[in-house]
Amino acid sequence: MEAVMDKCPVCSTKVSLGGAPRMGEIIQCGDCRSELEVVGISPLSFAPAPEVEEDWGE
Amino acid sequence: MSAEPRDPTVALVASRIREDELRLMAALERRRIRFVQVDSRKLVTVLGDPAPPWRVALNREIGSTRAMYAAEALETAGVRVINSAAAVAVCRDKWRTSVALHQAGLPTPRTALAQTPEAALEALATVGYPAVIKPLVGSWGRMVAPVPDPQVAATVLEYVGALPSPQSHVVYVQELVEKPDRDIRVIVIDGRVIGAVYRRATGWRTNVATGAVTEPCPVTDDLAKAAVRAADAVRAEIAGVDLLERADGSLVVLEVNQGVEFSGFHRALGDRVDVADEIVSHLVARTGP
Repeated sequence: MEAVMDKCPVCSTKVSLGGAPRMGEIIQCGDCRSELEVVGISPLSFAPAPEVEEDWGE
Repeated sequence: MSAEPRDPTVALVASRIREDELRLMAALERRRIRFVQVDSRKLVTVLGDPAPPWRVALNREIGSTRAMYAAEALETAGVRVINSAAAVAVCRDKWRTSVALHQAGLPTPRTALAQTPEAALEALATVGYPAVIKPLVGSWGRMVAPVPDPQVAATVLEYVGALPSPQSHVVYVQELVEKPDRDIRVIVIDGRVIGAVYRRATGWRTNVATGAVTEPCPVTDDLAKAAVRAADAVRAEIAGVDLLERADGSLVVLEVNQGVEFSGFHRALGDRVDVADEIVSHLVARTGP
């Protein structure tokens, strides 16, 4: 599967993903290390991932 | 597999797709099980509307409040949810978990609930020092405070009393168990132990989320019995049971987690256990013919 690409919404660096990205998948920008959420697949798009909430976790 | 196949068998309910959820989706695809990814942030349930077409929903919502209400809503709509709303309601609340474990006759750390921060000092005196003050709802070891003596406890409780939420003022206190630099995580699925790992840390908390390292742990009879009974006590079909070893080697059950995270588990056990595949096997068993 070809890599797909979008800009990091935080630092504008190009971020590429191999394989098949999933909606809601969390990745990290390789440049600014921001956590990003996949919010679009075709075309690929990212948004800053939600902040950790008080009741998150197991 | 398309994102929304016709008549999917399984709904994977989640708002945050982590390594664990990617493993689960890969396991579903390997078995050619039709599934749909449901973003729990967008879930709307209207009373009286027809049930969704899924036979079973796997609840992987990361926020325990939304996990509980999403499970309740889907169950109301006639969907079989794993873990159930009842299991989530118990597991997300440390006091309710302690009550369930205690009533099942399982060994647990000495625990008390105080209805106000002021009353918590008396609860701590009863439990004994050193102790731990924990939020009723929370995980990954956040906001958990060890208190070695009444002076530190009074200071921590001042901060607790200043928190805005009324629920924060109900204080859960627990004996700080003297243990090795590790605890034990056991994954139980449908009453069967899938495996166990030690979680080792240099600090006093042994959560993987706070940097604990995982190592393989042998599954002894005592460990397996305690873990299976604990999962049953909270009615969790898929459970991450946390055990502590006392200095004399006896086991106590600390808590049971309903939204099991298993990346650390795989780092320790590698290919010996495939938690995602075990979960999918359980879903298949529950979806029926």
